[in-house]
Amino acid sequence: MKNKNDSSSATVSVAPGLISKKNNWSILGKQKLLILMSLPFVLYIILFRYVPLLGWSMAFQDYKPYKSFTDQTWVGFKWFFQLFSEKEFLISLRNTVAMSLISTALGYITAILVAIFLNEVRQVGIKRFVQTVSYLPHFLSWVIVTGLVANVLSVEDGILNSILLALGAIKEPIQWLAVQKYFWHIIGWTYVWKEVGWNTIIYLGAMTAIDPCLYEAAQIDGCGRLRKIWHITLPGIKPTIIIMMIMSAGHILDANFEMPYLLQNGLIQDVAQTIDIYVLKYGFKLSRYGLATAAGIFKNVVNILLLILANQLAKRSGEERLI
Amino acid sequence: MIEVENKYQSYAAAKRRTRIGNSIFDLIIYIILGFLVVATIYPFWNTIAISLNDGLDSLKGGITLWPRKFTWRNYQDLFQTTRIRDAGVISVSRTILQTVLSVFCTTMLAYALSRKEFIIRKPLTTILVISMYVNAGLIPGYMLIKNLGLVGKYSVYIIPALVDIFNFILVRTYIKGLPDSFVESARIDGANEFTIYANIIMPLIIPSIAMIALFTAVGAWNSWFDTYLYASDKPKLHSLQYVLMSILQQSQNQNMSAADAGSMALAAGAGSTVGKATPIAIRSAITIVATLPILVVYPLVQKYFVVGMTIGGVKE
Repeated sequence: MKNKNDSSSATVSVAPGLISKKNNWSILGKQKLLILMSLPFVLYIILFRYVPLLGWSMAFQDYKPYKSFTDQTWVGFKWFFQLFSEKEFLISLRNTVAMSLISTALGYITAILVAIFLNEVRQVGIKRFVQTVSYLPHFLSWVIVTGLVANVLSVEDGILNSILLALGAIKEPIQWLAVQKYFWHIIGWTYVWKEVGWNTIIYLGAMTAIDPCLYEAAQIDGCGRLRKIWHITLPGIKPTIIIMMIMSAGHILDANFEMPYLLQNGLIQDVAQTIDIYVLKYGFKLSRYGLATAAGIFKNVVNILLLILANQLAKRSGEERLI
Repeated sequence: MIEVENKYQSYAAAKRRTRIGNSIFDLIIYIILGFLVVATIYPFWNTIAISLNDGLDSLKGGITLWPRKFTWRNYQDLFQTTRIRDAGVISVSRTILQTVLSVFCTTMLAYALSRKEFIIRKPLTTILVISMYVNAGLIPGYMLIKNLGLVGKYSVYIIPALVDIFNFILVRTYIKGLPDSFVESARIDGANEFTIYANIIMPLIIPSIAMIALFTAVGAWNSWFDTYLYASDKPKLHSLQYVLMSILQQSQNQNMSAADAGSMALAAGAGSTVGKATPIAIRSAITIVATLPILVVYPLVQKYFVVGMTIGGVKE
């Protein structure tokens, strides 16, 4: 039997257990080209992803850009305490969590429903057409999407106001983007509009893996289509749903920076400002590096903790998990 | 006899009921999916109609599906503006460069780390995968780019995006699914690792390359935030999306009325002949120009989506 682990280095024909340290080095010597093809990129990733972590020191300093690292004054957790005593940050935190939860929940429900509907469509042509159209917005930038949304919601000629006026539901056009109570809805439904088609792909994939015999058996037992969906399709995609939930747990504090940033305006800042926008404002416009970095650290640490927590919960309940 | 007949009748009735139930069910599904399709297409359709309509006429409102006074004028004005042309060149060139380089680097890395005999494969892969979950944040990231001297340079669009870990995992999973015999027979023929990668593996992984090329190109074409962070004071480096973003923001901040933002943006470009160009017309025309490349490429790569998504979903 050929040993798969070192099938390339034909000279090494010892049993795996006998390969010594020295031997490892000589194998590595023969794999120079592989090293050349991979190591530079790993170093590149270390530079661009891990090295910036050193910048977290700014959150514990009274950082002044003109001073060298050793000359900075250390201030401990001052910026973190300040963050949580500041109303603006707490409001940003609330907005971030609210928008995330609304978008995620709406995104899940709509994607699963549309996937189930698509799965029930028997004409392949219609199914393909709906899929092609609904995937498309996923590839547009948020700049374009928010531009289109602003047109749809426009006071002057927006289709939404026109329809509601024609139906007599409202007396005069509403400035949708200027009223605080509508903003989270707009964020949630814009997310759905852009991503619902794309998000169905993964569920449709899971549905093709369901054994057709189950449907046939249910048919013989006299199940209608709704009961087949409830008892076969939904349980069949449950592991996928749970994996997707774990993955989104790690993004609760991300709240999609671009959409609220592009749709916000002065009138609705109180409900539109997220942690990311807060970091941008304090870090770049006001040059308060320590405070902004502290907010960034808080966000990323919470995200990682939530991801691990969700993963553990899924593990404990015996469900599919990510890591 | 009667009993049997009754049974048959009730069976037939039940069957008829389910058939009616079925068609009602189908009807509901088609209505919902039809609404989804209309809601997805209408905003584009409307924007195209406005972009092909006479600018002054559009101000009166009421354009829905077809232009009232058809004209190419808005697009002509757009392409005569230096600012838009420059932005177009930046967007196109950075998209092509970034896609080619990123596909090359990512697939090469994926090939090297898919070789089971490569003895430092595991630690290197771990470093890469963990980096997906590590996020230093906006300010430290900016400081790094600044210390590397990339702020305000064209290379800031290319260098930070050479390797994408999600794409790396996608390609590596694809390569792992290929039979080992391809690589082994090439090795017996005396090919070195790079030749195997370039001549044997590359042609075999075209579907996954199409996938990551699409992801990278769309990302590059759509990005505006890097311009905003690193090159907003360098008009020569502004991308199309950034220009569109600033025009939309201006008009939104003026209380969402169709303000002079569009013509202001155009007037900023030297030698523009702004006659009938109105903001709403210009906004629509830029939106369509920024969308068009995606609409053109999209059908070509669509057949690879499902392959890519299911591979990407495979657990590590």
